[in-house]
Amino acid sequence: MEVILFFVAAIGALGGAIGVIALRNPFYGVLALIVHLFSLAVLFLLLTAAFVAAAQVVVYAGAVMVLYVFVVAYVGGDAESAWEPIPGQRFLAPLLGAALFVELAVAVLSSSLLALGQDGPHVNPGFGNPAAIGYLLLEKFLIPFEASSMLLMLAAVGAIVLAARREVPEVAASGSSEHSSEAPAERSEDPLGATAHPGGAPS
Amino acid sequence: MSIDWYIVLSALLFATGAMGILLRRSPIVILLCLELMLNAGNLALVAFSRMVGNQQGQVFALVVMVVAACEVVVGLGLIVAIFRRKLPLDVDELRELRG
Repeated sequence: MEVILFFVAAIGALGGAIGVIALRNPFYGVLALIVHLFSLAVLFLLLTAAFVAAAQVVVYAGAVMVLYVFVVAYVGGDAESAWEPIPGQRFLAPLLGAALFVELAVAVLSSSLLALGQDGPHVNPGFGNPAAIGYLLLEKFLIPFEASSMLLMLAAVGAIVLAARREVPEVAASGSSEHSSEAPAERSEDPLGATAHPGGAPS
Repeated sequence: MSIDWYIVLSALLFATGAMGILLRRSPIVILLCLELMLNAGNLALVAFSRMVGNQQGQVFALVVMVVAACEVVVGLGLIVAIFRRKLPLDVDELRELRG
C-alpha cells in the first residue's frame, strides 16, 4: 500500500515538474506546479510529516499559487517566442540537467549515510504532528522563527515598494542621475501610491 | 519504503528545476522552476529527518517554505514592475546590466 502510494505520488510530482518546464503557456505551468505540490504533500505524509504536509497544501497550493495565478492573469500569459539567443540551448540544457542528476545521485548514494537502504527508525505516533513542531518552533528554534517572521514582513513591504503604482516621469535613467530624479518622483506620488506606503508598513 | 527512493526522487526534481531554469526565458516560468528546486530541497530535508528520527529537519523545511514565499513575493513584485514599465518579459532581452 505504502509502495503504491509512493509511486503514484512520485509520478505526480515528476509529471508536474516536467509539465512546468515543458508547457508553453505560463498559466498551464502554474496548474502543473499545483499538481506537483499536492503530490509532494502526499510524500510528506508518507514520511510522517503531517504538519509540513498541511502547511504545503495551505501555504503553497493555496496562497502562493493564487498569487501566481493573479500575476499571470495581470501580465498576460504569452507563450515565449521560439527565438533562440544561445545556439544549442535546447539540447545543452537537458544534457546539463541529466549530468546534475547523475552527480547528485552518485554523491548521495555512494556516501556512507547511516540508514540508507532501510526504512528509518521506528517513530512514535506523535512524530511530526503540529504539537511537536510547534513546541520545537517556540522553544528550541525561537530566534529563527522570529527572524523568519521579520523576513516575511520585509518581503511584504519590499513587494509593495517595488510594485506600487507611481507616476514615473519616464526616467532618462542614466545611472548617475538616478538619485536626483528619484526624490521628486517619490514626492509626486498619486494618492493611491501614497496610501499604499503607510498601509503596507505595519502589515 | 526505503529512504533512498525519496532522496533519488528529490535529486531528480532538483535536476528538473535546474534544467527548466536553463531552458526557459520567461521570468514567471523561471520563478516556477525555482519553486521546484526549493521543494526538492524540502523533500530531501524531510526525508533525512525521517531517516534520523528527529523532527528538527521538518522545522528547517518550514523555514525553507517561508524563504520560498518571500522569494515569490519579491519576484512577482519585480515582474509587475517590469510589466508596468512596458519592458519585455524575457530574460534575454533584459540585458542592460550585462557587461
